[in-house]
Amino acid sequence: MKILVPIKRAIDYNVKVRVKADNTAVDLANTKMSLNPFCEIAVEEAVRLKEKGIATDILVVSIGDKSCQEQIRTALALGADRGLQIDTSEALDSLQIAKLLQKVVEQESPDLVILGKQSIDSDNNQTGQMLAALTGMPQGTFASKVDLADGKVQVTREIDGGLQTLSLSLPAVVTTDLRLNEPRYASLPNIMKAKRKPLEVKAASDYGVSLVSNVKVLKVEAPAQRKGGIKVANVAELVDKLKNEAKVI
Amino acid sequence: MAILVYVEHDNHELKSESLKLIHAASQIGGDIHALVVGADCQNVAKQAAEVQGVTKVLCADNAQYSYQLAENVAELVVELGKSYSHILAPATTTGKNFLPRVAALLDVAQISDVIKVISADTFLRPIYAGNALATVQTSDAIKVLTVRTAAFDAAALGNTAPIEACAEVKNADKSTYVSAELTKSERPELTAASVIISGGRGMQNGENFKLLEGIADKLGAAMGASRAAVDAGFVPNDMQVGQTGKIVAPQLYIAVGISGAIQHLAGMKDSKVIVAINKDEEAPIFQVADYGLVGDLFTVLPELEALL
Ligand SMILES: Cc1cc2nc3c(=O)[nH]c(=O)nc-3n(C[C@H](O)[C@H](O)[C@H](O)COP(=O)(O)OP(=O)(O)OC[C@H]3O[C@@H](n4cnc5c(N)ncnc54)[C@H](O)[C@@H]3O)c2cc1C
Ligand SMILES: Nc1ncnc2c1ncn2[C@@H]1O[C@H](COP(=O)(O)O)[C@@H](O)[C@H]1O
Repeated sequence: MKILVPIKRAIDYNVKVRVKADNTAVDLANTKMSLNPFCEIAVEEAVRLKEKGIATDILVVSIGDKSCQEQIRTALALGADRGLQIDTSEALDSLQIAKLLQKVVEQESPDLVILGKQSIDSDNNQTGQMLAALTGMPQGTFASKVDLADGKVQVTREIDGGLQTLSLSLPAVVTTDLRLNEPRYASLPNIMKAKRKPLEVKAASDYGVSLVSNVKVLKVEAPAQRKGGIKVANVAELVDKLKNEAKVI
Repeated sequence: MAILVYVEHDNHELKSESLKLIHAASQIGGDIHALVVGADCQNVAKQAAEVQGVTKVLCADNAQYSYQLAENVAELVVELGKSYSHILAPATTTGKNFLPRVAALLDVAQISDVIKVISADTFLRPIYAGNALATVQTSDAIKVLTVRTAAFDAAALGNTAPIEACAEVKNADKSTYVSAELTKSERPELTAASVIISGGRGMQNGENFKLLEGIADKLGAAMGASRAAVDAGFVPNDMQVGQTGKIVAPQLYIAVGISGAIQHLAGMKDSKVIVAINKDEEAPIFQVADYGLVGDLFTVLPELEALL
C-alpha cells in the first residue's frame, strides 16, 4: 500500500519566539527550524507500517520554499522512500495547502494519508480534515493508535472525554497525536542514504490551484506578560495568601 | 446576518462551554441560531433555548448523529450553513474535528481558536503556543471560526427561544463508530472548573496522584496533568493541559511537580491565580506563578491538604 505523508518545516519546539518590533510577524531570522513534531510522528507511523510489511511506498510532501527540502531529507532518512517539494514562497493557509495536497492525492492515489494534527507555529489543526473533505475521504483525527486490517483502518482518537475508536474505509486520512508513537532518530548511514533517495520539485503554480487566501494578518503582537509573583515560605503562608490576598479559596 | 452556532453536548446536557461560545457569538452581532446535532438530544435543545442571545434552536435529532461523526456532521452543517454569515463551533476535539471539513466544503478559510471578537470580520487568535497573538481579518463570505471558550464569559440563562426540528439526515457511510473509553469522574470538568490542580512528572507515578485528589476534593477542583505525566501513563490523556491538550483559565491553577515548559504554559497561563509547587527554585513555572512554593511535593501536599 502507498502512504502519503505531508510534512511541514516549522520552528523548533524548544525555541521561544519573539515578535518583530513592527508587529507584522514573528521573527524567524536565525531561529532553529525543524520538522513539525506531529509530522515526525506521522513519518514514524508510516515507516512502522512499512516495517510491518503493510506499506510498500512512502511519499513525503512538503509545501514551501527550497529550505523545506531539509525536512524532506530528514523524513527520507527516517525511512520514507520518495520526497516531493511543492515550491512556493507564499505563506499559504491550510485551505490552500489542502487543495495542493488534494492534487497530489489525485495523482498518486495513496491508500492512506497521515498528517500531523497541528502545526506548532500556526496552531491551525485544519489541514488533514480539509484534505479529507476535499477528497471525500473519511478521517481519523488526533490518533493515538492505528491498526490496518481487511481494507480498513481502525483509529483510536484522543478526545476531550477520553478515547474513541473508529473504523474507516480506505483510502482514509489520519492525523497524529503525541502518543501515537515515539519517533526514532535518523542514523548516520540512513542520513547518507537519504541523500540518494528521489526528491522531486514542482512549482505550486503548476497545480492549477488558487493560492490566494482571503485571510489577512493585520497585526502580530506579544501577549501580555504575567507580572512575576512572590515565593511563599511555607504551606501556611500559601494558604493564608490564597484565602486573604487572592481570595480564591 | 445570522450566526450558526454548533453547541457541544453529550446528548443529555448542554456543556458549559456552549454558554461561552454563545456569548462569543453575541459579540459578533446578529441573530444566533444554536444547532444541536445528536441522538435523543431533545433535552439539550431545551437547554439551548434558555440561553440568552439565542433566537432559534435547530435540532437535528437522529440515531445517525449519536457519535457526531465528522463526515456526517460536516455535510449537515455545510447544507444548513450556506445561508449564514458566520459558523461557530467550540475549539474542543469535537469542533476541531468536523469544522475544518465544513470550511473546506464551503471553500472558505477557518480561523482557529478565536480568543477575542474585534469586529464581525476581525478576530484575535494565539499562534506559536500563545507566544504571539495574531489579529486576522477575513473577507470570506461565510466566516468559519472555532472559539477558545476559556477566553469568554458564559451567556446568561432565562431565554425561551423557539425550537425547530431539522430533518436533514446525512450518512457518509465511510466511517463507523467502534467503541469509546470515557473517563468517569465526579469532579468538575477541566474546562469548566474554577479551581484546577495539576500534576507533572514530579508526581513519579499514578498512585501518587492520590495526594492531589484529597486536595481536589476539598477545593472542589478538577484535576489536570502535564504531557510528561500522561505520556508516562500516570493518568489518562484527557487530563493533559497545554498547547496540544486542554486550554484552561480557572480562578486558581495549582501546578505540582511541573517544570513549566512553554507547551504547558500555553494551556494555563491565562488562569487568574497560579500557584507552583516545585523543588527546583529555578523551574520556569515560577516565572508565571503568583505564589511559588519551593519544596518537596511529598511533604508539601499532605500539609496543604491538612490546612485546607
Ligand atoms: C509538540 C509538542 C507538544 C506538547 N504539548 C504539551 C502539552 O499540551 N502539555 C504539556 O504539559 N506538555 C506538552 N509538551 C511537552 C513539554 O515540552 C514538556 O516536556 C512537558 O510539559 C514536561 O512535563 P513536566 O513539567 O511534568 O515534566 P518535567 O519537565 O520533567 O518537570 C518535572 C518537574 O517536577 C519537579 N519535581 C520533581 N520531583 C519533585 C518533588 N519531589 N517535589 C517537587 N517538585 C518535583 C522538577 O523539579 C521538575 O521541574 C509538548 C511537547 C511538544 C514537543
Ligand atoms: N506547508 C505544508 N506542507 C506539507 N504539509 C503541511 C503543510 N502545512 C501543514 N501540513 C500538514 O498538515 C498538518 C496540520 O497542519 P495545520 O493544519 O497547519 O495545523 C501538519 O502537521 C502537516 O502534516
